[in-house]
Amino acid sequence: MAEEVKKKRLTDIGPHDYNEYLSPVIKKNYGKWAYHEIIDPGTMVHVAESGDKLYTVRMGSPRLVSGSFVRDICDIADKYCGGHLRFTTRNNVEFLIEDEKNVEPLKKDLEKMGYNVGGIGNIVANIVHTQGWVHCHTSASDASGVVKSVMDELYEYFVEEKLPSKVRIAFACCLNMCGSVSSSDIAIVGTHRKPPRIDLERLRNLCEIPSTIAACPTNSIRPDTVDGKPAVKVNEETCVFCGSCYTVCPAMPIANAENDGLSIWVGGKVSNARTKPTFSKLAIPFIPNDPPRWPGVVNAVKTILNEYKKGAEPGERVGEWIDRIGWPRFFKITGFPFTKYHIDDFRLGETTMNYSSHARL
Amino acid sequence: MGKKHQTPLLDELKKGKWISFVKEIERAAEKSERTEDLLGQVEESYRDKVNHWKHGGMAGVKGYGAGMVGRFSEYPDKYPGIKECHSMRIIPSAGFFYNSDFLRKLADISEKHAGGLLNFHGATGNIQILGMSQAEAEDVFQAVAELGFDLGGSGSDLRTPSCCAGQARCEFANYDTMKICRHLTEEYLDELHRPAFNYKFKFKFSGCSNDCVASAARSDLAFIGTWKDKIKINQEEVKNYKKKFDVQKYVLDKCPTKCMWFEGENLAIDDENCVKCMHCINELPKALKAGDERGCSILIGAKAPLVTGPRMGMMLVPFYDVNEDAKNDYEWIKSLISNMWEFWDEYGVSRERIGELIGRVGLNTFLEGIGLEPIPEMVEHPRSNPFIKFTEDED
Repeated sequence: MAEEVKKKRLTDIGPHDYNEYLSPVIKKNYGKWAYHEIIDPGTMVHVAESGDKLYTVRMGSPRLVSGSFVRDICDIADKYCGGHLRFTTRNNVEFLIEDEKNVEPLKKDLEKMGYNVGGIGNIVANIVHTQGWVHCHTSASDASGVVKSVMDELYEYFVEEKLPSKVRIAFACCLNMCGSVSSSDIAIVGTHRKPPRIDLERLRNLCEIPSTIAACPTNSIRPDTVDGKPAVKVNEETCVFCGSCYTVCPAMPIANAENDGLSIWVGGKVSNARTKPTFSKLAIPFIPNDPPRWPGVVNAVKTILNEYKKGAEPGERVGEWIDRIGWPRFFKITGFPFTKYHIDDFRLGETTMNYSSHARL
Repeated sequence: MGKKHQTPLLDELKKGKWISFVKEIERAAEKSERTEDLLGQVEESYRDKVNHWKHGGMAGVKGYGAGMVGRFSEYPDKYPGIKECHSMRIIPSAGFFYNSDFLRKLADISEKHAGGLLNFHGATGNIQILGMSQAEAEDVFQAVAELGFDLGGSGSDLRTPSCCAGQARCEFANYDTMKICRHLTEEYLDELHRPAFNYKFKFKFSGCSNDCVASAARSDLAFIGTWKDKIKINQEEVKNYKKKFDVQKYVLDKCPTKCMWFEGENLAIDDENCVKCMHCINELPKALKAGDERGCSILIGAKAPLVTGPRMGMMLVPFYDVNEDAKNDYEWIKSLISNMWEFWDEYGVSRERIGELIGRVGLNTFLEGIGLEPIPEMVEHPRSNPFIKFTEDED
């Protein structure tokens, strides 16, 4: 009888009780933390009102991980943290340590295993990113490969504090923008440049025409009749190559090997500290895909980071720095050309013009 | 050398100091042979500069309309191991806290029944197991359920809510983000598992306005911790910070409303003019703390670009007494959410996020629909154009 109950199909059990995973020191001091201090880019300590301390060691992760990776971090957590660990929103692993004596040996073990310790403070944070060619059908570029190439180049900024403030880089492989890409210090976004192709046969079988039409932000898709059968046509004059129609209609593929690539956006932020949250703005409209190492993108990101490091005051995020020096100077010192594509001609675009005589001449 | 596919381009991404995803895929392939074919197909994408996944095709488990994302290879004959390469989304533990026992068991499941690859975490915050076939889905689902975990959201439903580490490990948290996150996930499990919305809807919970889960950029309904009363000042600690760095220049001068100044050695704050931006508390964590009357702001409408452009969350409720409402099982917020979803269901169109609906019908119409009054905190400034549509009740 008991056996039968056990075999009953489990369904709708809901979210797991997180209390099961909180370490004793967290349970004891829940809601009673007093302050924290950053010890180095890989370590911080939270001190509770009770005087208890909780050390955190942060480690970079590629987000896409193997079961073996999971076992590695579990072994470390068992050895030093009573099995307790967590992940951050930016896909880092955090080891939660009660005994200060375990901090340095844990870090040494991680480094011995080839893992990256860092990511706290005024650093380049782990790059939030999407699935790319590894696991997504709408991608205009790979995600993990670009992230790996950029992080290899900026590695010193993850493990050492050398910047005026934190720099958050994000990557999305198409305009669906899984992740908070559109409000990052530096955003890298997969971009198509040609209209979708229409496969009429498949369209009739696979797509709902009204929803396909409704998916278009510029009303560029219209109903049509071909050979007496329902179809759609695309106004290529007004299409902005966003790929939204492809998301709802598989018969309108937009990926194009020669014309897909990446755009670079800067100056966004999510935090409300000092200035309000803001979107990233266009720096470079297009860089061709150049796998496996994407040198064009890597160089563009490095150029922005170097100028920011040189020019920003302590505590200024990328967007605050650009606000202070102005966009003309940003384009001048980075050498990125300002083009017609930088002028917003989409909805609300006119709100972004300079309605003043202010100009840094 | 036992390698099924040659991957000269991907091999380039095994070099360098940053942890390599290619090595991770290879490690997964050592345990789950099918993943060899993933390496082969991704290498082909690197060569062709285009992805090789088919669009379309369903995957799922019985009784659920969400939680699995179907993925099919464009070349099933060439890469039979990833002919079906679906992912399963799993609701994470709030705040992403885990223990090694659970994670090890999950790793075992991913290798036994799928491609041995996982995401910690997906963009919305789910754990994802990658690379399973439809035939394996039920086994994975039950194995995961036996560990006490359920499937997450996908498609036009309530997406898996997520939150920051909150009071578990942060002194800045003004409310218990993990508790409300878990509570509302449980409350709306049906909306999460069985898509019935116009489009996706996301909740995110941040304990303070540093907004570590990017709620105001990524969620239709963002809960951002704040407080009403005075910032608590420890003057001795302020003095200690003054010995270490230029507090005037880097803290006071950067205050957006210039509501702080020194009176002799002591720091003074005009709390009525403080906008709770967190800058001073971030910089002087030992000296300054949020007041005792804590709660959160609620911002509405954030979303990514598709379809009508990106939106940032906009202020809807400046102060929600979430700590008080928690005592009533969050009754107040549930009633507001219910009003919003009813309005969205009634007036929204397919693939229209709630922010886009507000943009289309206007904030006033939305406020009337959900039963909130207009207040000045909702706007950057009052209107500056004279095209006012007076209503008849003004006569």
